[in-house]
Amino acid sequence: MTMLDLTIAEALDALAAKRISAVELTEAHIGAVEALNPRLNAFITTTPDIARDRAKAADAARAAGNAPALAGIPLAIKDLFCTEGVRTTAASKILAPFIPPYESTVTARLKAAGSVMLGKANLDEFAMGSSNITSGFGPVENPWQRADGAKLVPGGSSGGSASAVAARIALGATGTDTGGSIRQPASFCGIAGIKPTYGRCSRFGIVAFASSLDQAGSMARTVEDCAILLGAMSGFDEKDSTSADRPVPDFRAACARGVKGLRIGIPAEYRVDGMAPEIEKLWQSGIDWLKRAGADIIDVSLPHTQYGLPVYYIVAPAEASSNLARYDGVRFGARVDGEDLIDLYERTRAAGFGAEVKRRVMIGTYVLSAGYYDAYYLRAQKVRALILRDFTEAFAKIDALLTPTAPSAAFAIGEKMDDPVTMYLNDVFTVPASLAGVPAMSIPAGQDARGLPLGLQVIGRHFDEETVFAVSSAIERAAGFTALPGLRAGATP
Amino acid sequence: MSLDPAMVRRIAKLARIRLADDEVPRLQGELNAILGYVEQLAAVDVDGVAPLTGGAQMTMRMREDRVTDGGIPDHVLANAPDRIGDFFAVPKVVE
Repeated sequence: MTMLDLTIAEALDALAAKRISAVELTEAHIGAVEALNPRLNAFITTTPDIARDRAKAADAARAAGNAPALAGIPLAIKDLFCTEGVRTTAASKILAPFIPPYESTVTARLKAAGSVMLGKANLDEFAMGSSNITSGFGPVENPWQRADGAKLVPGGSSGGSASAVAARIALGATGTDTGGSIRQPASFCGIAGIKPTYGRCSRFGIVAFASSLDQAGSMARTVEDCAILLGAMSGFDEKDSTSADRPVPDFRAACARGVKGLRIGIPAEYRVDGMAPEIEKLWQSGIDWLKRAGADIIDVSLPHTQYGLPVYYIVAPAEASSNLARYDGVRFGARVDGEDLIDLYERTRAAGFGAEVKRRVMIGTYVLSAGYYDAYYLRAQKVRALILRDFTEAFAKIDALLTPTAPSAAFAIGEKMDDPVTMYLNDVFTVPASLAGVPAMSIPAGQDARGLPLGLQVIGRHFDEETVFAVSSAIERAAGFTALPGLRAGATP
Repeated sequence: MSLDPAMVRRIAKLARIRLADDEVPRLQGELNAILGYVEQLAAVDVDGVAPLTGGAQMTMRMREDRVTDGGIPDHVLANAPDRIGDFFAVPKVVE
């Protein structure tokens, strides 16, 4: 056990008791990043100098008796959050030269809270993907290993964040989730991750993918650590017109609430055909754990669940095609010269966007185009309303839902690549909560036959992250997930 | 509804993405697979359902209409691929 194995809660205690310094904790992490990142590719950009400066400032603040909430905690920042003066790429070649002159609200809050930025974590290009294979800066490796030696994907899109936290080269990380991009990689890498309610964290300064769905959240090795981080990231921001103007509860305190008397819904429609028996078994274990902890288990129906993915694959590309129109080679980012302005746009976007981004921009362009808008986009928005209604009706009878996070464990780089739709099915259990805007969390709860981690998902009411944390903590305690990935800082290779 | 090669080119044109000729058949197959998958939404009864346009459970907030930012041309132009003075430079548009 080294400093790298501490949870954020333990590290804060050790720092407060002066058993360790922020500089020591940060140096240990910088060393671990240097040792493992060449293999994992979890960071696109490392920022050791910034980390050292912030660690020194954290120690000074603590010595002066005014250490802020996260003083000295080393974090990975998904490279979708703009960081002033530090290159921000969204894992796209088109943004490779981009150095933001401003800071995202979430990272500004984390900075003000005294946290230490280790670097910018890799992701699927523009957060479009479930594997990190679409990154313009190379795929990320999952630190968990299969006996056959195949390199596994960390999930996506927040795969670099998940890989870094699981491999113990960061204590925690920021992620963003549009259709499962925090929860699915958390499940694949054996860590916890929460997508809070839409509007809880400001979107200002986060490179936009699908604005009605994008939401920042936290990833860490325990539920409590996620609660600590989310508390520092959340809150009203007038720079985001969809930011929720409501107080941020004490998420950390909610972790200890327990589940006695809570009504937990089990949605019948998540029992999909061909679900792996070990995932079905894990789901049943989760039900038994919560029952034993005093919760009431109630069968519920979310009848439009099966339409979540098709709605998502219209709404998200439509919004993306509009959001990504700004990448034209004129004001920022990479440019490929052309004969005239249109030619410059077309060449810049052809060279700058990867295959998945092009596919989604084209699908989005098509479903918004004259003659097809009503049949695709408008219809998808109506079905989205029905999906929200499913949740609203279920939450009249229950306090939270329990489901699996993903239909499988991590797969190998190269698998599930037959066609785009096969890859999209990864998000079947996470997309509905995104469409409804409700908070949802993945908790590591078990392992498959090959020893790979599997997650369970807890979904709560709008702005009731507290119940999500309470239920997730109960699952975490009962599951007793202590398995470790083969690739991690301090492990003997 | 199935996209033909001409339609794939038209979409690419609208999206301002240059396609090489050999990319068209692959994209045609992929886009048709996605459109085929989302086709199942046609089976849902959406009569009388109001579309859900946003993720926020709130009405849009109004703010005072005043200038809150500006006067920072060097920040705005810092990432420009090409600039002439305080302007973004592009190829000649008007002959």
